[in-house]
Amino acid sequence: MNKGRRKFLGYLLKGTAGSLYWMLPLPIKVPLQIPGLGEEEKYDPEAHEFVFMVDINRCIGCGSCCVADKREYQVPDGQYRTWVERYLITVDGEVFVDSPKGALEGYPEPRKVEKPVRDAFFVPKLCNMCEEPACVQVCPVGATFKTDDGFVLIDYKRCIGCAYCVQACPYGVRYIHKKKRTADKCTWCYHRVRRGLLPACVNACPTGARKFGDLRDPDSEVSKILRSSEPLFVLKPDMGTFPRLKYLHLRQEVI
Amino acid sequence: MADVVGYVFPNEHHIHWSLMIVTYPYITGIIAGAFIVSSLYHVFHVKALKPVSRFALIFALSFGICCTWPLLNHLGHPERCFNIMLTPHPTSAMAGFGYVYSTYMIILLLEILFIYRAVFARLLPQTTGFKATLYRALTFGNTDLSPATLRFDHKVTSWLALIGIPMACVLHGYVGFIFGGVKAVHWWLTPLMPVIFLLSACVSGIAGIILGYLLVQWWKRRPVDEECLSTLVKYLWGFLILDVVLELLDLGVHAYLRVESWHVLEHLISGPLFTSFIVMQILIFSFIPLVILGVLTLANVRGKALQILATLSAVMLLIQVYCMRWNVVIGGQMVSKSGRGYTFYHPGFFEKEGILPTILILLAPVIILFFLAKVFPLWMTEEGQNPQPIKNFN
Ligand code: SF4
Ligand code: SF4
Repeated sequence: MNKGRRKFLGYLLKGTAGSLYWMLPLPIKVPLQIPGLGEEEKYDPEAHEFVFMVDINRCIGCGSCCVADKREYQVPDGQYRTWVERYLITVDGEVFVDSPKGALEGYPEPRKVEKPVRDAFFVPKLCNMCEEPACVQVCPVGATFKTDDGFVLIDYKRCIGCAYCVQACPYGVRYIHKKKRTADKCTWCYHRVRRGLLPACVNACPTGARKFGDLRDPDSEVSKILRSSEPLFVLKPDMGTFPRLKYLHLRQEVI
Repeated sequence: MADVVGYVFPNEHHIHWSLMIVTYPYITGIIAGAFIVSSLYHVFHVKALKPVSRFALIFALSFGICCTWPLLNHLGHPERCFNIMLTPHPTSAMAGFGYVYSTYMIILLLEILFIYRAVFARLLPQTTGFKATLYRALTFGNTDLSPATLRFDHKVTSWLALIGIPMACVLHGYVGFIFGGVKAVHWWLTPLMPVIFLLSACVSGIAGIILGYLLVQWWKRRPVDEECLSTLVKYLWGFLILDVVLELLDLGVHAYLRVESWHVLEHLISGPLFTSFIVMQILIFSFIPLVILGVLTLANVRGKALQILATLSAVMLLIQVYCMRWNVVIGGQMVSKSGRGYTFYHPGFFEKEGILPTILILLAPVIILFFLAKVFPLWMTEEGQNPQPIKNFN
């Protein structure tokens, strides 16, 4: 056997073994993204308080989060668990907002506005995981519920698809899933978080505009921001829903 | 099936509460209104309404049977509909529907059975075959016509009607609450919503009774009881005045307060909702009947003129109330929660929740009424040939 061929076969063998590594259900430990979560004996939901933060100044409107989200959940076309809005504010205070295809394709074209622009920024939107969720209040069958660790989730097996929650959510984040025929919305990737992973959109965000973490962990980025003097806001505070989703550097024009 | 102006949140391009949810409060309204007509006679002893008192109950029953249809057609998972009673969620306004509706229907059915027991007992001797068996079953074997039994029936009926009035009000007031309790939709958010729904329910119920009564009398070539008709017209006028005044007051207060949400709503009223709200609901279908009914009442018009004008007003008011339901249900969803745009809704004809199913659902009660009338004699005159004198207890 010549040297070259032996080398080739060696590569082939190693390659096969290597790919088997991905195919066999070996007990591989996924590297944890949320510190502390994997180490507990038993997950205690009341020991955690998760928050989501969005830094308006960092978002570049690339739409990576939306793509990641659509892929994670196979969200039907025309429905959005998360989307990114583009704001343009002119010098005389006129506000232009758009979000073509929920920013799934980003914003390749600049929006033309006649007047000079004073401020321009992007605002990612998702479920606010309200402390007092209007959607939970109105659900007639208790299909939408709140977990002890602060998530608002939907029991797809119980939901009757009445859409009352869709009407009641002040933030327009809910829809009736075209295929499931039940309510659906962003879950902050509860299934990932419980395994110690960050939400898919947070992972995909190239600029760190989307942040996620446990407030009970004093070393988490979100805890540090909360303790800093950074200006944090919530959307529609007058609705009395007390969102857990906080915005850094939010402008008052954002609704 | 929607197009938008301005900026609308991406999930709001679709209107979720469709024509079905416009039709549902329309039907419950008619039920509540019709029941109140019959209660005016049974509880408040408005004697003039006697000719339509039974008709009103069967009318309410036929609409009651169809009341859940639009809802079931709307639900994403109608097969799970009983969850609403099996696992009700106490904080939800909607969770009460199953209970309120079933209680109301039970009271209505009981009242009908007690009122018709004596009627069936009297008709039994002249009835044969299947109908006789049915009548016997519906009297529950009690064909006693002694004054004591009749008095008992009458007493029970009055009590049922008495409980039925608050129940009818709850049934429909609660529908208003479903909308009035949604803080995220400014167009719905008003404590007056249940009251407005209730008053418009009375309007549509009375209008439905007037139209039904006149159509049947003409069809059967029977004389119209003018006293009864003009009393109905008076009540219709009264409820219409209250209804229109409250609706305009509500709007007026919001317009005067000019809080933030009003700036969005005023564009809704002057823009996408202008034709169906200002022009149709208020100017044409409220004001014209208001004037006609006023003239009929104040000038005490009788004869053919009364019949024709009452029919015209009844038809117009039935349209007015449908417009009102549309303007509330669809209007509220037209305003985007972004506060920066509007969504339009154009129901398709053959769609699952479109125009054809709506027409079918609205026709169904009329067809059911036709068949129910074969069993339940709607009019007192139909027992005319009875050998026994009819005691006026029912
Ligand atoms: S944002 Fe809407 S869907 Fe999310 S918890 Fe709040 S009310 Fe519910
Ligand atoms: S659509 Fe489902 S989750 Fe939403 S209110 Fe109705 S039953 Fe509850």
